Amino acid sequence: MEIAYTVQPRPDTGVYNAKLGMWLFLASEVMLFGGLFSAYVFLRMGAPPDTWPHGWLSVPLGTLNTLLLAASAVTTLLAWAACKARRFDRFKLHLGLTLILGTIFLGIKGYEYRDKWLHYEVQLKDGRIADGHLVRARTTAETVVLHGRYVADRRELLDGRRKHGPHEELVIPRDQIVRMQNYAPRHNTFMAIYFALTGLHGLHVLGGLVVFAYLWGPGSRLWHVDPEHFTNRVEVAGLFWHFVDLVWIFLFPVLYLT
Amino acid sequence: MKEALSKEDVYRAAVVRCRTVLLVVAAVTLCMVGAAYAPLAEPGLRTGLILAAAGFNAFLVAGHLMHLLQERNVIYSLLAFTVLFFAALMGLCIWAHGDTPAPGGV
Repeated sequence: MEIAYTVQPRPDTGVYNAKLGMWLFLASEVMLFGGLFSAYVFLRMGAPPDTWPHGWLSVPLGTLNTLLLAASAVTTLLAWAACKARRFDRFKLHLGLTLILGTIFLGIKGYEYRDKWLHYEVQLKDGRIADGHLVRARTTAETVVLHGRYVADRRELLDGRRKHGPHEELVIPRDQIVRMQNYAPRHNTFMAIYFALTGLHGLHVLGGLVVFAYLWGPGSRLWHVDPEHFTNRVEVAGLFWHFVDLVWIFLFPVLYLT
Repeated sequence: MKEALSKEDVYRAAVVRCRTVLLVVAAVTLCMVGAAYAPLAEPGLRTGLILAAAGFNAFLVAGHLMHLLQERNVIYSLLAFTVLFFAALMGLCIWAHGDTPAPGGV
């Protein structure tokens, strides 16, 4: 049995079914991310004055990821345009580039997550706080070694944009530690919403890459049977990828810059 | 032959358009980063500028790469509902923020 309107537009809607289906799906996605964005706005506006962290994320890495995703959105469109022009070799090239750019994006995101996972805030018995990255190789059963700095007040850690003294190796005896916590989602509200938003976005990037890998590899067999149908599949997958780019366009300034 | 040439022309036009969009998005992104470090007295102005720049980038991606500038009416109708619900969602946040108890009240 043949599925209707996979290539030709439906007379009543004017678009082929998969395209309308993708737009409906994207509308639901807007509400999914909208819910999380509104949660962010709620949490940020409800935070007591001067308690919301700033400058905790790497702006150069965030900028690089923004440019990578924008470039991948462009190569996705070019892959579709190549299908329209019946240039299968160009399609392979552009979609291959999209796969590479998307994978680099995820790699950088993974690096940022790892950086937060190894970043610790250690409350000491004398009231000071040690803040820095765990030096795993030198940490033992008796001492924890961080590469960071000591502060007297937790509020000093809130604004990462301020200039502060050089980081050094801090050797902390474990019996002096009251509390030790890394910058994971449970660290504070900001980290929780950061991981929730970027984690969900990262899953979307991963999902998009899986679909593209299929279209680039085994799924491309359809090109030789029904090129119009295949071109429409590329277009629909591209719409999803552009949406993922759109979400990041707002995530980057909201989390990294403001 | 004529049709093949016109398809190639369409492809070339897409390449030029994509290149332009990418360059503008990159430039606006860098301006956004610059605005984040600019010595502006009013933090609200900085946030507004940055979000306006993000909105412009989003317009470029949605309008040109997703072809929303030349889409069918059924898609516009669908998105109009989405915008309405999204605006209501964000409006609820602002409304709730203003809904604070009066001093001394319950």
